[in-house]
Amino acid sequence: MIHTRGLTRVFTMKKETVTAVKGIDLDVEAGQLVAFLGPNGAGKSTSLRMLTTLLPPTSGTALVAGHDVTREPGAVRARIGYVGQRNGAGEDQLVRDELVTQGRCYGLHPREAATRADELLDLLDLTSLAKRVPGTLSGGQRRRLDIALGLVHRPDLLFLDEPSTGLDPRSRADIWQHILRLRETYGTTLFLTTHYLEEADNMAERVVIIDGGRIIADGTAEQLKNDLAGDHITITTSTAEEAGTAAGIGGGTADGTTVRLRVAKAAAALPDYLRTLDAAGIKVTTAETIRPTLDDVFLTLTGRSLTDDDIPA
Amino acid sequence: MTTFLRDTITIFSREFRPSLRNPTGLIFDMGQPLLFLFLFGSLLGGAVGSSWQWFVPGILVMMCLTGPMSAGYTLLVELIGGAMERLMVTPVNRTAMLVGKSMKAMLTLLVQAVLIIVLALPLGFELHVAGVLAGLAQLVLFSVGLGAFSFVLAIRSAPGGTLFYVVSQSIMFPLLLLSGVLLPLETAPGWLRVLGQVNPVTYIVNAQRALFSGDLGNPSVLYGTAAACVVAAIGLYLGNRAMRQGV
Repeated sequence: MIHTRGLTRVFTMKKETVTAVKGIDLDVEAGQLVAFLGPNGAGKSTSLRMLTTLLPPTSGTALVAGHDVTREPGAVRARIGYVGQRNGAGEDQLVRDELVTQGRCYGLHPREAATRADELLDLLDLTSLAKRVPGTLSGGQRRRLDIALGLVHRPDLLFLDEPSTGLDPRSRADIWQHILRLRETYGTTLFLTTHYLEEADNMAERVVIIDGGRIIADGTAEQLKNDLAGDHITITTSTAEEAGTAAGIGGGTADGTTVRLRVAKAAAALPDYLRTLDAAGIKVTTAETIRPTLDDVFLTLTGRSLTDDDIPA
Repeated sequence: MTTFLRDTITIFSREFRPSLRNPTGLIFDMGQPLLFLFLFGSLLGGAVGSSWQWFVPGILVMMCLTGPMSAGYTLLVELIGGAMERLMVTPVNRTAMLVGKSMKAMLTLLVQAVLIIVLALPLGFELHVAGVLAGLAQLVLFSVGLGAFSFVLAIRSAPGGTLFYVVSQSIMFPLLLLSGVLLPLETAPGWLRVLGQVNPVTYIVNAQRALFSGDLGNPSVLYGTAAACVVAAIGLYLGNRAMRQGV
């Protein structure tokens, strides 16, 4: 569904060139749900704008839905849906009118466009809001309208740029319910960026991490966490001396009375470890297992936290 | 061509629908020109011969300068919000987008112009039908060019928008004042008249005055039409290029 080779974008600002995306190779097969993760300024949006024909690549190629974004942008546009970061509906347009317009933009006949608009209003629980202007909708309702606008022409591939950012937890869950149902019902390929790590972790079957314009990790959330971060066991002992011995036995590090070690499967390794320490006469006061998060993965890869917004240049 | 036509109609009707829903907005937009017409126009009575024949075309040109600027403003709002981006991802024809939006500005101007003329009739404005029709056609041409310029300006100003306000405000008033819309330039000092002569709006204003007096053969009509054509051609060329380069 998406095949890029050496996709690159250079911006020139005040005689200074900035390479926002540095040669991305990416293959996404039909039906996948891919989460594109990265800190602000990593090149997420630039990549997405190139894949959706909004921005011409400086070099490299991208085949999206079977067509080249540079040579056949029209064919790409006809086959993809895009839900941008900002709200897509015009401020002085009625909800239903905007959906009909969108259908007309994709070449539907007026009657078809009207039928499709009503279908989408129903699908995304917007029917009662059909005659309102976007300004009177809640954040979650506006987001549902954005998604409806992206679905008018039943695309096989839908791009979503931060679909749940800025919404309260309930609206976020609601939006996700709609996204997942879409996938179940129509087998739509979904490519989305998100700020919320736990969303990527729970929902996506594939996580692609981008930093400094390059893809630095790609796999299922489980794989990435196991391979790049791993589970941890943390115990505390009554004395620092005991902690040192315990760290030696487990192959971990001690910090005061706290011992931390990285293991393959923490839940399975912990009982064994405790028995060994018991046999060595070490009294353990607390013990816990820690599953890594995608943030730990990012931290391992870059030495920075994904949730930090200050990215060194 | 059929998709181009379809896309133009789609964009045009999208732009025009809010005005249909709220037609009073159209009259509100005319507040300033109307005020000028009734207050300033009455004041001018003695100063310039048959004041209405002289003043009404000026007011129309003034609306022609402000109207298309507000068209650029609506585009800017959609550029700053996400609506324009959303439309650019659809296969809609880029030139059709420009033309559809310009048509809306054009139609609005026509409706307002006709209203002004009708309102001026009881005041003593003489209607020369052929001249007025030719004048309106020229105005429409001019407004298409100006509208396209303001779209280019809006696209260049996004996402901040400051540039749009700075440029449109600092260009519009000098253009307006130096065109002799409000006061005749004939009595102005030499340097001011020179500035007026390099201002394309001056030629439009002179042509409009000739046309609205029924003097279709006046050479100023030719100059005015040429000025309108040049503004429209350059505007559309730049506008089309900006739309195609993407937003």
